[in-house]
Amino acid sequence: MMFACIHSPSADLPQIASAFSPSFEQTAPDTVVFRIDGLQRLHGSPRQIAQAIAQEAIAKPGGEQVNVAIAETADAAILAARNFPGVTVAPSLNDLDVSTLPLTEEMAQVLESWGIYTLEQLAQLPENGLAERFGSHGVHLQQLARGAIYRPLKIFQPETTYEDRIELDHPVSLLEPLLFLIARLLNDQCARLLSNAMAANEVTIRLELEDCTKHDRAEHIRTLRLPVPMRESKSLLKLLQMDLETHPPTAPTIALALSLKPVHPRTVQTGIFLPITPAPDKLELTLARIRGIVGETNVGVPQLRDSYHPQPFSLVPGIPIPNPQSLSSNPQSPASQPPATSHQGFRYFRPPLPATVSLVDNRPIRITASGIQGKVLNAAGPWRTSGDWWTTTAWNRDEWDIALPHGLYRIYHDSNWYVEGSYD
Amino acid sequence: MNPNAARVTTLGLCPDAKIRECLPTGLAPVDALLTQDQAQGFPRGAISEIVGTESSGRTTLVHSLLAASTAQLEVCAYIDTDDSFDPVSAAAAGVALSQLVWIRCGHNAGHALKAADYLLHAGGFGVIVLDLCQVPPRISNRIPISYWYRFRRAIENTPTILALVEKQPIAKSCATLMLDLQRKKTQWTGAPGFSLLREVELEVASRKPVRPITAAFKARSLA
Repeated sequence: MMFACIHSPSADLPQIASAFSPSFEQTAPDTVVFRIDGLQRLHGSPRQIAQAIAQEAIAKPGGEQVNVAIAETADAAILAARNFPGVTVAPSLNDLDVSTLPLTEEMAQVLESWGIYTLEQLAQLPENGLAERFGSHGVHLQQLARGAIYRPLKIFQPETTYEDRIELDHPVSLLEPLLFLIARLLNDQCARLLSNAMAANEVTIRLELEDCTKHDRAEHIRTLRLPVPMRESKSLLKLLQMDLETHPPTAPTIALALSLKPVHPRTVQTGIFLPITPAPDKLELTLARIRGIVGETNVGVPQLRDSYHPQPFSLVPGIPIPNPQSLSSNPQSPASQPPATSHQGFRYFRPPLPATVSLVDNRPIRITASGIQGKVLNAAGPWRTSGDWWTTTAWNRDEWDIALPHGLYRIYHDSNWYVEGSYD
Repeated sequence: MNPNAARVTTLGLCPDAKIRECLPTGLAPVDALLTQDQAQGFPRGAISEIVGTESSGRTTLVHSLLAASTAQLEVCAYIDTDDSFDPVSAAAAGVALSQLVWIRCGHNAGHALKAADYLLHAGGFGVIVLDLCQVPPRISNRIPISYWYRFRRAIENTPTILALVEKQPIAKSCATLMLDLQRKKTQWTGAPGFSLLREVELEVASRKPVRPITAAFKARSLA
């Protein structure tokens, strides 16, 4: 097994190394190392291989000061390339100074006090004694000095980008041909996600629009934030289609760019006895369709707020995700022991119904509202609440629970009387 | 001789007819009322109607059903035709809100039906509630029956329950279960002038299948 190392402070080393091997290790910004076992048939002997590498490097910009070394181990090749100028094949490292190794300051002082100056002297020290004095790091340095470390290379992985752009010859004004182009970009990017075991949780599409009135191009940017990471191009395309149908560009498109934000995919350990729930990507697609009908802000998951506000909840965009831990960690969950009685349900009238209320001794005795009227049979209240007086959404009101012949209602009075809802 | 003739009992019922899986509501009297073939509760893969007037306990029963379903880690949906859903009382009844999709349809029954169609065909839900309580009869009576056939067809052979909450029955022959609710008694405590709404006694009757008995349960006030 032979390794080649290229050392140059200014050359584009990954580019030079990739001309000889698809897999190489970039040990440092100025050092790359790779195996040359398969290159004999192309270039001949190790020396000829080294010379070919050096010629390749010199031909590239910044490759004038390049050192190439070939050795039996990767670390020996690295040491040689860093310390011997030009081309070196199977070098002897004996005479190199110990300071070429990654020594700590303390180790350097101790070795100097012992009279150890070269790698050959370090290699001849007893291994047990070195381990007792310096620990495993000392043994590792001695192995380096002996050129006896056989390790796999840490293969250089170029950073994958998830951003593509298409410039169009003619402006596109219809959504369908635009989707055709978006699908092409999405397919490529989703294939990249799949090959890197990643998924996307944010999709951004930037449409550059034709604008005859200005020299600058107008842009239409839409960003989809996904509740769960996805990498299926069909689902993403459908989501983009629905979003662009809801928010179409104002002018024909002359260029488009698509970018994905890569994240690790969501992994869930499911149980054999757990119920089937909707697949997150399919559910997101379904909810996106429903959002297209009822509006963006009308679909989501209810969330309670820690407040005394009359309506202490909000609708949060997203999809419901059950937590299997809650069932397994709590065997006394409501699934196993359901409540014997229930709490009374309440239904809001949105918006609240304006009402006319007759009072006797400050208690309601009769009410008239749209669809609700009658004599108050019983009433509980007033329950006075107020809050948020330091904001523009302050409230201050008196609530009553009232019984009419045909139902139970909650009414309140702030500046006027309203029926807020019914107990059902 | 017809080989199927032997399978017909004296009551005219087929003994090996399909036994549906059910979801108990957690309210013992209601589950007892809905006992059939050793299964208690709302039948899965079918349409159930919860019918009643104002303050008859429809929402209370629906919350109990949602609580039972979400406790089994199922995902549920509430299609809120008239923006009337109250998450506070639902959470008090035991509904896990993080497992509930809330769809506000802004007083548009057409949107609610379309949303129900999408959800039913997406599959995977435990309970889907279609709340039509405040939809006027002149609109609810105009919903074509083909919708209910389509919905029934979409959920049969699935574990999903489609619960319709309404003033009067509208799914007709497509519903497998129809419960009629009434408020029997309201309990107030305290002296007149200082009274407090404590609890409501509700009565449930099964209109489909017809049962001679009724069930009563109590709903505590949120206060």
